Amino acid sequence: MSRKRRSRLSLRTREAINGHLFTLPFVIGFILMFLFPFIQSMMFSLSKLEISSQGYTLTWTGLENYHNALFINAEYPRLLLETAVQMLRDVPLILVFSFFASILLNQQFKGRLFARVVFFLPVILSADIILRMESADYISAFLDASLAEEAASQGTLGTIFSRGQLVSLLMYMKLPQQLVTYIVTGSEQIATIIRSSGVQILIFLAGLQSISPSLFEVAKIEGATGWECFWMITFPMLSPLIVTNIVYSIIDFFTIPSNPLVDFIESNMFGGAGYGVAMAMSWLYFVFIALFLLLTAGLISRRVVYME
Amino acid sequence: MKRKYVIGFIIGILRYLVIVSICYVILRPLLAKIVSSFMMEQDLYDQTVKWIPRNFTLENYRAMYVHMKYLIALRNSLAFSLLIALLQLASCTLVGYGLARFRFRAAKLIFALAIFTLIVPPQIIILPLYLNFRFFSIPFVMPKPGINLLDSIWPFVFMAASGTGFNNGLFIYIMRQFFKNSPKSLEEAAYIDGANAMQTFVRVMLPGAVPALVIVFLFAFVWQYNDYFFTGMYWSKAVLLSHTLDVAAANYAYSLGTHFRGHYISLLNNTGMILFILPLLVLFGFTQRYFIESVERTGIVG
Repeated sequence: MSRKRRSRLSLRTREAINGHLFTLPFVIGFILMFLFPFIQSMMFSLSKLEISSQGYTLTWTGLENYHNALFINAEYPRLLLETAVQMLRDVPLILVFSFFASILLNQQFKGRLFARVVFFLPVILSADIILRMESADYISAFLDASLAEEAASQGTLGTIFSRGQLVSLLMYMKLPQQLVTYIVTGSEQIATIIRSSGVQILIFLAGLQSISPSLFEVAKIEGATGWECFWMITFPMLSPLIVTNIVYSIIDFFTIPSNPLVDFIESNMFGGAGYGVAMAMSWLYFVFIALFLLLTAGLISRRVVYME
Repeated sequence: MKRKYVIGFIIGILRYLVIVSICYVILRPLLAKIVSSFMMEQDLYDQTVKWIPRNFTLENYRAMYVHMKYLIALRNSLAFSLLIALLQLASCTLVGYGLARFRFRAAKLIFALAIFTLIVPPQIIILPLYLNFRFFSIPFVMPKPGINLLDSIWPFVFMAASGTGFNNGLFIYIMRQFFKNSPKSLEEAAYIDGANAMQTFVRVMLPGAVPALVIVFLFAFVWQYNDYFFTGMYWSKAVLLSHTLDVAAANYAYSLGTHFRGHYISLLNNTGMILFILPLLVLFGFTQRYFIESVERTGIVG
């Protein structure tokens, strides 16, 4: 009976029904466990929230929480600005690093498997509990100090230049002051940058694998050099992924629990300025992230080459 | 020709130099942890001790093993992560397949919403969710004050089963891209043979999707195992490894009735971290080949 009725439905309708059925879990979950709390949290940020054992009550206060977060709280605006500056500094470095690392790892050499495993380790080992503990770690600092001393006396790999030497070298190259500062602070961040590039490297690596080898063969027959191949084939073919990676890096940077602003909001939620203000802070933060993402994605995606 | 060979040789050496130094940066903190975990406290203050412990000891491991409640916490963590990862895998695969293979008007919207859940910082919805789970009620079925679902497994089960758990938007994205790229002919053959959509999905599509399934499962498992934020919020009484690790050093000091110095606490924490990551390293050791290859084959890139 049911079989008969089903077969009378058009292919289109059947497809639509199946589509809705398959995605139903997410739709229900999204409405109940995302959209609903999302709206609630907006309400919370506009009111005073009191929790008792019987439930919670909301008293409408308008924009007071936002006013508190922005103008009365001394820490928040400063942290917001600092996070933004830090992100502007780190995301380009992460991007450049993961791009070249993926190109390196895509080449044929002995020990490639080992290198890939090592490069991917940080993704697995960056639990927030570990990051949290490491921020208060003396031993790494202690070993760092003693190794840096050792390296400075022997000139080992990794610290070929001391900070002062690097600065004077870059100044000697007549680079602008701001660029020198950027490179120097960036080079001090190297460990953090390498550790937060794991997923990005994987995404680029997957992209490199999907470029058809025939493109390179043709280019070679036409007499293109490796340099030309890189700029004419590899770079444009990877450009859609650059957008993906920028978006991923920005989100990752903003939501990682070791981010001081995230930490600050959480500490305010339970104690400190209270729920309402903490929600207002989260909302301001979210709007900030969203604007930022739209702006970057909009600016960059114009230059992207899409092969459809 | 000879010049080309020389250039190739130099480039090869440079490449190794770069790769070795990057590996060094990644592995060094891990090595430092392993080395220091075998040291006794006085080695920390000894200027001549750098990489090799002078007073070799397993005492740190013993202490952390006891105070992390290692066996119980590990068992709980593994079982909990396995269950949640399987639920997330099931829901995200279903949704990803539905979005990739069936044309219907809401598909684009649903996909956009899945991506949207990735962009919103979890801090925004965590408090309302907390309250909803604390005073859990269903209109017309359960009366208003509701029941307390906190400190149970249910918040995690609900979120995992509906594909709204941590980073599940990413999993939906991966699965959708994978199914979009796989050939349609197998499914069409199955439909002609009279299978319905669910049968086709389970019998025909899933066996071919193993690479994508493995990567989503591993990500889900590792992230759940590592999670401190959500379990701390909704299930703070759970005996999970990420929580026992946090307080183990303090508990140890308390049981001895003393205070430890900062350096010694770090030493104990380092030892605890090794015990914490050890199962993940073992898991990664067994699956890394599969993992890294499957990332390439899933065509996350589309």
